[in-house]
Amino acid sequence: MKRIISIACLLAAAALLTGCPKKATTVEPPIAGAQVPAAGQGGASTTNPLGQAGTSGMGTQGANATGLLAKHIIYFDFDKSDIKPEFVEIISVHARNLAAHPNLKMRLEGNTDERGTREYNIGLGERRAQAVRRALMLQGAAESQLTTVSYGAERPAVEGDNEAAWEQNRRVEMVYVP
Amino acid sequence: MNKSRFVIVLLALLAFCPLSRGEFVVEVTRGQDDAIPIAIVPFTAADAAAGTFDVAQVVSDDLARSGRFKSMDRKDMVEQPHNGASISFDDWRRLGNDYILVGQMQPQGQDRFSISFELYNVLNRQRLLGYQISANAAGLRLASHQVADMVFDKILGVRGAFATRIAYISVLGSVPNRSYRLIVADSDGENPHVVMQSNEPLMSPAWSPDGQSLAYVSFEGRLPSVYVQQLRTGERRRVSAMAGVNQAPAWSPDGKKLALTLSTRDGNLDVYVLDLATQAVTRITDDPGIDTEPQWSKDGQSIYFTSDRAGGPQIYRVGIQPGDRPRRLTFQGNYNARPRLSPDETQLAFVTQEDGAYRIAVMDLRGRGDVQVLTKGRFDVSPSYAPNGAMIIYASRDRGRGVLALTTSDGRVQERLVSSEGEVQEPAWSPF
Repeated sequence: MKRIISIACLLAAAALLTGCPKKATTVEPPIAGAQVPAAGQGGASTTNPLGQAGTSGMGTQGANATGLLAKHIIYFDFDKSDIKPEFVEIISVHARNLAAHPNLKMRLEGNTDERGTREYNIGLGERRAQAVRRALMLQGAAESQLTTVSYGAERPAVEGDNEAAWEQNRRVEMVYVP
Repeated sequence: MNKSRFVIVLLALLAFCPLSRGEFVVEVTRGQDDAIPIAIVPFTAADAAAGTFDVAQVVSDDLARSGRFKSMDRKDMVEQPHNGASISFDDWRRLGNDYILVGQMQPQGQDRFSISFELYNVLNRQRLLGYQISANAAGLRLASHQVADMVFDKILGVRGAFATRIAYISVLGSVPNRSYRLIVADSDGENPHVVMQSNEPLMSPAWSPDGQSLAYVSFEGRLPSVYVQQLRTGERRRVSAMAGVNQAPAWSPDGKKLALTLSTRDGNLDVYVLDLATQAVTRITDDPGIDTEPQWSKDGQSIYFTSDRAGGPQIYRVGIQPGDRPRRLTFQGNYNARPRLSPDETQLAFVTQEDGAYRIAVMDLRGRGDVQVLTKGRFDVSPSYAPNGAMIIYASRDRGRGVLALTTSDGRVQERLVSSEGEVQEPAWSPF
């Protein structure tokens, strides 16, 4: 009996390793009419907000605005959640896009670098996401269009324990969602 | 549009399937000079099948890892007695031992073994312990930890915690294709089992007081929820999935409630208490700063937590009755977070910042609140006490990789548990 259980365990583990690990733990049902990032693709699936907007038929005006719309990551200084001057215009362009297309929705993903305690970093990531949310709302985005989530230090963009990696990880990603 | 709903496929079969081998190698980074010398003689095995498991080695490793004992190298043993009658006490004393453990392991029919052992004081030849325990093959490792617990208790007068477990998070793969596993292993890192696996982050495992369940945070579906999962059956329940943050679960001492961190719509994190039976939620803190990382006092009447209401994060304590005002406990330095109370409540372990590094510190709760920084790493976080209070396990960094490390609660002995693969983080030591 014990042997049978062991074999079942091995088979299950093997299926997991060789089969489709991405779907083994969390399965996201497709949502009609939208490109849903596959579970587990992580940051890779969130790097193209223009594509998301495009699929739902929402264009934007002007080449310059389109260029800024392609930018969707706001970076922060260590232990700070205020928006630096160089990111103000990017947020403005997205705020105008959201205001012009009330059925667009955006998720603001707050992140920190790895330093400090994990749960306190969740708080810092949330604080950054909220700073971007407030800035978007001040410039015309509706509250109902925006959601926030904080990953703290759990989903770094870049690995490494040095300032070069850390400055890329202290960020809010603005992700258009279906 | 509806908030996305996600179907969770439970890995019932995977739950508690063993991983292929022990994951850790222990490296002692700081030893104790006055460790007690003990000889742990290899146990006899009457047949080859029984002989494949080395009880004495497990006992020896446990005692050495505690930092309180120094066990004699086997190759220095001139003879290997298996019972008290055949011990030449003078010889063992001349070799520098204070204590000697002898024993044997014998098969008792189908998949059943008997382990008998005796502990002697070498100096006065007194027999301190004489026991027999039986186990099946799968239980031999646990039985060996129990032998170590009895020796530890007998000699030091402190209950041993070797026959306990640790939970931790292991991260495999590279950004952006990382996978996260919640693992439960024996206290020495052996015998690891995957409890939960996900392609989204898993965080903050917390043992229920009865040791039967783990609460943890899972980001499956891209949003954080708190789950409670039974270890034996793999059955799990989503207990908190409010809008916003659902984080940092901590069990009340009676196991009926969870303290956790929730947020308001504008992202203000505060500590709340969730009644697991009624789902009723009570707010404990109310401050515009970040309040998080709750931990209960043993009487269930107050909660320690981290708050940056005064600027940087500091540790506070608040009563759970309405209207109680939080009292600040830490004042040295500008970063003190994630409090963990020692089992006897005489000491508080937390993470402090020192010279730009994050380290494990302890505060004496009996006197004037003296603080001692125990560790020397750059990224030492997530302290968790052994249930006997003798050791603290924490997450550290070794050559760029997340590893688990141990320190005695006085900092005199320190070790690293070097994992064979992946990043290891957020250890949580089980109750007895």
